[in-house]
Amino acid sequence: MSKLGSLGARLHRGEISYDFVGKRKIWYGVSILITITAILGLAVRGLNMSIDFQGGAVFTTPNHMSTSVAQAETYARDASGHQAVVQKLGNGSLRIQIAGVDTAKSDQIKQTLAKDLNLNPEKLAADLVGPSWGQEIANKAWEGLAIFMVLVVIYLAIAFEWRMAVAALVALIHDITITTGIYALVGFEVSPGTIIGLLTILGYSLYDTVVVFDSLKEQTKDITKQTRFTYSEIANRSINGTLVRSINTTVVALLPVAGLLFIGGGFLGAGDLNDISLSLFVGLAAGAYSSIFIATPLVADLKEREPAMKALTKRVMAKRAQAASEDGPVTAGGDDAEDAAPAVVGPRNQSVSRGRGRGRQAGKRR
Amino acid sequence: MAAERRPGAERPEREYEKVAAPKKGRSASAQSKPGRSLALILIAIVALTGGMFVSGHTTPRLGIDLAGGTSITLKAKADQGSAINKANMDTAVDIMNRRVNGLGVSEAEVQTQGTDNIIVNIPRGTNSKEAQQQVGTTAKLYFRPVLASEPSGAAASPSPSGSPTVGSSPKPGSSSSPSASSSQKASSPGTASPTASATTQGRAVTDALKAGSSPSPSATPTGGSSPKPTPSASGGTDTAKLQAAFTALDCSKPDDRAKAGNNAKPGDPTIACGKIGKGYYKYLLGPAAVDGTEVKKAQAVFDTQGASGWQVQMTFNSTGAKKFADITGQLAKNQAPQNEFGIVLDGEVVSSPYVSLAITGGQAEISGSFTQQDAQSLANMLSYGALPLSFQEQSVTTVTAALGGEQLHAGLLAGAIGLALVVIYLVVYYRGLSLVAMASLVVSAILTYVIMSLLGPAIGFALNLPAVCGAIVAIGITADSFIVYFERIRDEIREGRSLRPAVERAWPRARRTVLVSDFVSFLAAAVLFIVTVGKVQGFAFTLGLTTVLDVVVVFLFTKPLMTLLARRKFFANGHKWSGLDPKSLGGKPPLRRTRRPAGPAAGPVDPKEA
Repeated sequence: MSKLGSLGARLHRGEISYDFVGKRKIWYGVSILITITAILGLAVRGLNMSIDFQGGAVFTTPNHMSTSVAQAETYARDASGHQAVVQKLGNGSLRIQIAGVDTAKSDQIKQTLAKDLNLNPEKLAADLVGPSWGQEIANKAWEGLAIFMVLVVIYLAIAFEWRMAVAALVALIHDITITTGIYALVGFEVSPGTIIGLLTILGYSLYDTVVVFDSLKEQTKDITKQTRFTYSEIANRSINGTLVRSINTTVVALLPVAGLLFIGGGFLGAGDLNDISLSLFVGLAAGAYSSIFIATPLVADLKEREPAMKALTKRVMAKRAQAASEDGPVTAGGDDAEDAAPAVVGPRNQSVSRGRGRGRQAGKRR
Repeated sequence: MAAERRPGAERPEREYEKVAAPKKGRSASAQSKPGRSLALILIAIVALTGGMFVSGHTTPRLGIDLAGGTSITLKAKADQGSAINKANMDTAVDIMNRRVNGLGVSEAEVQTQGTDNIIVNIPRGTNSKEAQQQVGTTAKLYFRPVLASEPSGAAASPSPSGSPTVGSSPKPGSSSSPSASSSQKASSPGTASPTASATTQGRAVTDALKAGSSPSPSATPTGGSSPKPTPSASGGTDTAKLQAAFTALDCSKPDDRAKAGNNAKPGDPTIACGKIGKGYYKYLLGPAAVDGTEVKKAQAVFDTQGASGWQVQMTFNSTGAKKFADITGQLAKNQAPQNEFGIVLDGEVVSSPYVSLAITGGQAEISGSFTQQDAQSLANMLSYGALPLSFQEQSVTTVTAALGGEQLHAGLLAGAIGLALVVIYLVVYYRGLSLVAMASLVVSAILTYVIMSLLGPAIGFALNLPAVCGAIVAIGITADSFIVYFERIRDEIREGRSLRPAVERAWPRARRTVLVSDFVSFLAAAVLFIVTVGKVQGFAFTLGLTTVLDVVVVFLFTKPLMTLLARRKFFANGHKWSGLDPKSLGGKPPLRRTRRPAGPAAGPVDPKEA
């Protein structure tokens, strides 16, 4: 921990930093590449839609069935006249999927199937879905997505500024595209549960982005009153300053989801838990990436186009050139963000000795 | 509080005010009363928990997918001319509720979801198949002959003028003789079987009523030719029971109204309530003579020729026409109120027009002192049965109790694993601070659990699998608020502040970040909850609830707790297990040195603690 803790300290003081903003072109490139791949995957392979989108029936038998998968498939085919997909789940129960039957008919199928499998029909869990149900959920989800995006852009534009709103939106679309793309490429099944997970990413991806933006806003409050840093540099420092938090947030968010995925995938084999957690897992990872590598650099890009910021950059550059020619110590023309003031005054060179002190402590601890 | 008690502590305090944040007043006052906030939230927890135990709902109500049962999702279809609006949906929900609960399941629930979906949840142990058939059926409308009726309840004004008339529609020459119609019926027992058996019982009831009302001679001969011996055998006791129930029925009571006529089979006589004008009437009704499905069409028209104003015209299909001719033929010979037939919708009499002559030809009109609205709603009911809309089954999910239990088990296990992982991570990373985080998570968990339990009976909230998922995901969101705050505190310490000012100085910024990000999260949950249907909604609800609770817990618990802990030496001196050790965090000494005098006990105690 203390390694991360001291990493946090050094990131905070700016001793080490990764130039996220400066190297943004690389990351934009990476993202564009991923996005294109995702879109290609979607176009070529399409999504593997679950039975909820075609209409049909899913039957789940009690645990420890002696019937074999092949046998159950035959039973299901005989009962329905359709091809059936049978899975054996981790707990020994069978999951029988029959596509393309309507709800009225699936009732009969259930009775026949129960008889074939030597079960009481009431013991056979059934999920009978009309052909438009999945579509309905998907449509509602799209509707929700659109409303949410509009609201969130308005909110961010008010709470922060429109550039941040735009950048957050781009990051959001980026996350969703990547997640659906991965679904298309890997061939995971898309069920209503997947859509739930996808929708949750909305909130989460933005949540992460918003925290970075919040720090950015704070640090750039009085940006025009100083000539030490350009907007991009401060933006980069915001990312680095919140990096530890971003990592922690993502880890803490991913851990429970990983628990869900493990249980949902390993224990139950299939179902809502699995679907939700899988899309969450993929989406959360994409969200953490985009808020650091895409959203903030994008804000910096947009911001640097502003005349005031262009002027600032010019002033900063001029000042630096002058300082370099004088070869004198950097005396601030004004404080940058008030919060950063002490950090700048602080002795950067001492970090080595402090690092050693920490090392000793760590040694003593174990 | 600290500033007041110890003179030494005032300096960092001032310092903080000078250097830092804009919202001095608020944060200073918040800081000065950490005990009050803690007391507040503890009282809230105790009160809520007490409420939970008092109400007797100590566990959250489980959804169908966790408890087992059948869940049916129906979608309204907009092809009937009646609009899908809130009023119509509510009516449909009411009616379905009556039907499902009429099956003898008291815990079935029917709710609208979104704008055009209705979810019917039927707990296990019910005949799900029958329920499924009952729910979506449009027409549960019967025409039953009235055997007796009287005003019921104090509010009822005895004005029989309210009952409308049935006349034959434009087509004249409808006056077929009553005897003909009854012989017709006898000759075709197949189609008219409900009618035939009906009449048997009808007679029995009528006999029982003889004292009060005039006998109906026309019913007697037909009754004799009844092919069903069973009802007449048991008829005696049944009739007596029914008669007693009729006498006891008080239609001014909503409870009685709801119960009256439940479980009535079309072939049996029944009792029912009806609201005619402003008062309630109770009815003793014969077996169904015509089924609502046999009405082909009904519409409200304004009678431009006659003076009858708004009226309802209905057209029967061929079997309906025949049956209607029979029943009106019989009724026309009777005296009031036995010349009336009740139009019974799901156990409630919506209209009881009287018949003056037999109506053949399958066309009839009901006229009375209708307003346009009355006429239209009656016409709607006649055409579409009880439901103002027709519905399509979207999904039917039957979960066995075993599978439900397993899913619940898996959900809880996943939650436990997730929570354990988060706790381990927090302990490793934040050391002593993780105690604060864990205490806050526990408070959050208790609040979530208690509120979920209370929301079960209050708004019908049921914990389903996606909702469990939402709660698990929310662990991350909740923990993140602490992370934001802790990282802020650590940043302050890195800048050389001692803990107490660091805690206070970090708060306004952390607070803003938490509020902004939680708002976004809540916005997502709210939009999802309003827009979507089914499983997504349950998920969104828990997510929204936990987000709100997160804000409550951070404000009223985590922050005050942090303020209090900052006074403990263990944390204030930055013990290396506290997670706030300035050295391991890489804090700067200069500022800290000036703070030293602030905590007099600070220096000397340090070695002892280590």
